[in-house]
Amino acid sequence: MKEVASNQEGIKRVDGHLKVTGAIRYSAEYHFSGLVYGALVSSTIAKGTMTAIDSKAAERAPGVLAVISHINAPEVPGYKDGKGQPGSPFLNNQILYNGQPVVLVIANTLERAKYAASLIKITYKEEPHQTNLDNNLQNAVKMGEGYLRGEADAYQSAPVKIEVEYRTPIHVHNAMEPFAVTSVWDGDKVTVYTKSQYIKGMQQDIMRLFNLPEQNVQVYSKVIGGAFGSGSPLWPYAKAALIGAKMIGKPLKVVIDREQMFTMVGYRSPAVQKIGMGASADGKLIGITHDATGETATYQRFTEGITDTTCFLYDCPNINTGYKLAKLDLSVPTYTRGPGETTGVYALESAMDELAHALHMDPLAFRLKNYAETNLQQNLPYSSKYLRECYEQGAAQFGWDKRKPEPRSIEKDGWLVGYGLSTGAYWAGRAPSTAKAKLSTDGTLLIQTATSDMGPGTATMMTKIASEIINIPVENIRVELGSSALPHAAGEYGSMTTSSVGSSVYDACTELKTKFNQLAGSNADNPDYVKILQDHKLPYLEITKQSNPDGHGGKYSSYAFNVNFVEVHVHQATGMIKIARVVAAVDGGKILNPITARSQIIGGVVWGIGMALMEEGVIDHRYGRYVNSSLGDYHIATNADVPQIEVIFIDKKDPVTNPMGSKGIGEVGIVGVAAAVANAVFNATGVRVRDLPITPDKLI
Amino acid sequence: MKQFQYVRPLTQQNVLDAINKPGTKIIAGGTNLVDLMKRGVTAPDKLVDINHLPLKGITATKTGLHIGALALNSVVSENNLVIEKQPLLSMALKAGASPQLRNMATVGGNMLQRTRCTYFYDLTMPCNKRNPGSGCGAMEGYNRMHAIFGASPQCIAVHPSDMCVGLAALDAVVIIAGRKGERRIPFTEFHRLPGDHPEMDNHLAKDELIVGIEIPDNNFAKNSYYLKVRDRQSYAFALVSVAAALDIDNGTIRKAHLAMGGVAHKPWRLFDAEKALVGKPVSVDSFNQAAQIAITGAKAYEYNAFKLKLAPATITEALKHASGLV
Repeated sequence: MKEVASNQEGIKRVDGHLKVTGAIRYSAEYHFSGLVYGALVSSTIAKGTMTAIDSKAAERAPGVLAVISHINAPEVPGYKDGKGQPGSPFLNNQILYNGQPVVLVIANTLERAKYAASLIKITYKEEPHQTNLDNNLQNAVKMGEGYLRGEADAYQSAPVKIEVEYRTPIHVHNAMEPFAVTSVWDGDKVTVYTKSQYIKGMQQDIMRLFNLPEQNVQVYSKVIGGAFGSGSPLWPYAKAALIGAKMIGKPLKVVIDREQMFTMVGYRSPAVQKIGMGASADGKLIGITHDATGETATYQRFTEGITDTTCFLYDCPNINTGYKLAKLDLSVPTYTRGPGETTGVYALESAMDELAHALHMDPLAFRLKNYAETNLQQNLPYSSKYLRECYEQGAAQFGWDKRKPEPRSIEKDGWLVGYGLSTGAYWAGRAPSTAKAKLSTDGTLLIQTATSDMGPGTATMMTKIASEIINIPVENIRVELGSSALPHAAGEYGSMTTSSVGSSVYDACTELKTKFNQLAGSNADNPDYVKILQDHKLPYLEITKQSNPDGHGGKYSSYAFNVNFVEVHVHQATGMIKIARVVAAVDGGKILNPITARSQIIGGVVWGIGMALMEEGVIDHRYGRYVNSSLGDYHIATNADVPQIEVIFIDKKDPVTNPMGSKGIGEVGIVGVAAAVANAVFNATGVRVRDLPITPDKLI
Repeated sequence: MKQFQYVRPLTQQNVLDAINKPGTKIIAGGTNLVDLMKRGVTAPDKLVDINHLPLKGITATKTGLHIGALALNSVVSENNLVIEKQPLLSMALKAGASPQLRNMATVGGNMLQRTRCTYFYDLTMPCNKRNPGSGCGAMEGYNRMHAIFGASPQCIAVHPSDMCVGLAALDAVVIIAGRKGERRIPFTEFHRLPGDHPEMDNHLAKDELIVGIEIPDNNFAKNSYYLKVRDRQSYAFALVSVAAALDIDNGTIRKAHLAMGGVAHKPWRLFDAEKALVGKPVSVDSFNQAAQIAITGAKAYEYNAFKLKLAPATITEALKHASGLV
């Protein structure tokens, strides 16, 4: 493909200027004549029933238009015949978790709505609740039979073995942009502005909720200020907003606050993981046993593949895994960047480091010794695997050879210096997706597809892909996305957008160019589009194309891989931890736009640093309620916590995944980072912290 | 939040008249007060804005350094007089909050900020400080950030300020205006321990206004240090912080001032440890001895026992920095 109007770094974000100047509009920034505002009241107990709701004072408060609860809510078609999912707003008087949205107050200003919401008094009949995973491990239920290759628990008879247990806490997505729904009903038609990673899916959810045909539901999600997996479902808060807007018959805006972001839009499940791992004395893996227990809600099940990566990452003859869930009186967890893998690989890659240490082996040499050339779980070759190159190039760039195997070997001015590494992988998936390409006589190309852009720069990627095929400057290309009226696009999750949506843009543009060439009877790489249209007296030519994974899927296993190298400094006396350097080496297939690809990896590493050192949702189990539901108390990494992050892309085409040869990199960036940090902390201090986050108190 | 009135009285005297009525609160930078109002922890009927009062000056006097109550934290931390005469104060300020908050926060407001105890902020939780008699949620709850000194059965919250730890170590004096004139009290006596009235953070009367602070001249400039141990590198409250100020003559400590943050309901001055340092040589041994004395009488709860180890370690480390051993 020819580079057009871009350099080796690729093209900058097409909406970057609009974002940094504040000109772009997020879901809560749509205004309509007569717009009113909603504030949600959430439950203050973890389990029980509401026996009374005193809303008199709220109803009398200035500007209040409605107070909606299960007592007076209109009939919701989607709740009929027992179809209302437990935990849906206004469904009944049941409280299933602390922080559940139960009452919506609507007023003519935001301030008045919030004030009136504070006046609502709910009387509860409380029941005993369970919110502590540690206390409920015994009650956890097995999810499936797990995976077995070779002999179960074979590690036990290995000459060198470890048995360890790791704990990870709740992680909250904490997207910068709060979730919001602005909705406008016109009779039985509704237009909705909200945060959605899967616009067509959310349209379907709304259609089901109100029993409406597709043409009556229009969903816009033009810009997203972060979602990280939390933006796919039609959450209860959003259902409440839609029901409220229909009932009041006015345009309604509901924005949830930061505290509600902890209980209303999902989170990463905490986990307790046991790993047994054994090897021969010369470092060949003999067996791995990986058992994980996570949590889910009592009213809804959420599962994730915590042990998945263990099944294929290394060449090991005997592997068995198991996964259990404890049902707790908490809101339901959801996909959170690198869902499953991030949690599981932290444990797997920490254990690999522990076993390497027990073997007196360099952790990198140990991994290379057990390098898997093929996917032994699926019994398939990889469509491409350049993990070895990640190890080699990353180690060279980082200076891994300067690592001292004995902990506490390097000290500088009271700070202990340690090196650590980790491996990661994430499935390189692709789903069917459709795009429309339209070239007009003014020489501009319009791309339309109903995908979202939750931050990676989707419109930028599609512009880049289109420009390389159509061969016109990027300035002449406009990508329209974020609307359910556009051609169906795959959801923006699972590292699939460039592969799925990008393929449809690639195919649509390729066919469009062919159509022009056919008209002109030419076979040009760069046809004179405008002249061809003029010659044929056409205003435009367009192609709508659905692209599907091409069927090679069954013959190959496709994954992106990464290796993270981390240097940490730990202060001996106070336990303070600083990340000094990170080198992230990534096999993401062909890198289509390096500048945005690098941002994806940097973002993943930053969150990985947060996961390693500070992120933890803390619940006071006496109340089943968060005690750190603010950005002051729930720590995410600040600029001061993040060092220079060097990203290396192997940048080799995958022949199978999609026509561009890319492999998704949105998720893989975070996978393994926390283990690399923890391993570096061990190398620095000799202290193995097995419960994240690694805070100073655990190191003194 | 509740609807409230907002007034901006012209003069200091007008302000003093205005705040003498129930339900009024002074607002300066508002970096803490606005949060408290949003969460419903405090719900004033009237806000009295004092930002326009002429209380922003930073001036050298015959005996020390005068800093107006409305001087911004960011301005004080970058002020040349402060950096030259009282660098400890600059260091403490820069360890606090974030640049954005320091650009809004004032010296007086910093002194009057409330604890960040989570149970104080959540209206559904018991808290004797917010709602006297309702109990202490932290005592048997998540008390990782809480006090190891001077707590009471009523309250184990800590004062969150870094600046105040520095000012306590520097023997600052608080200048307070009332309708009957001015009074001055030592900084170390401005904040109070919770006792049976945790709802009261300090000794400022309802009808009084902090107008400034004064730091007496000292010989600490060369040998002072503020060390804050926290869970992240910026915008995090102290697990433990230490302000150390030494007057060293030829390797011997002539005078030592020490204060700790993150350990008590007020900036915790370590008078006994200071005494133990006087006349001692600059050495890690001297510092360790003082650190052990400093921790005498500390009491930990379920989640903050690490402070019993972290506090003395931080004291020694801060003294090493202040004395030039590091």
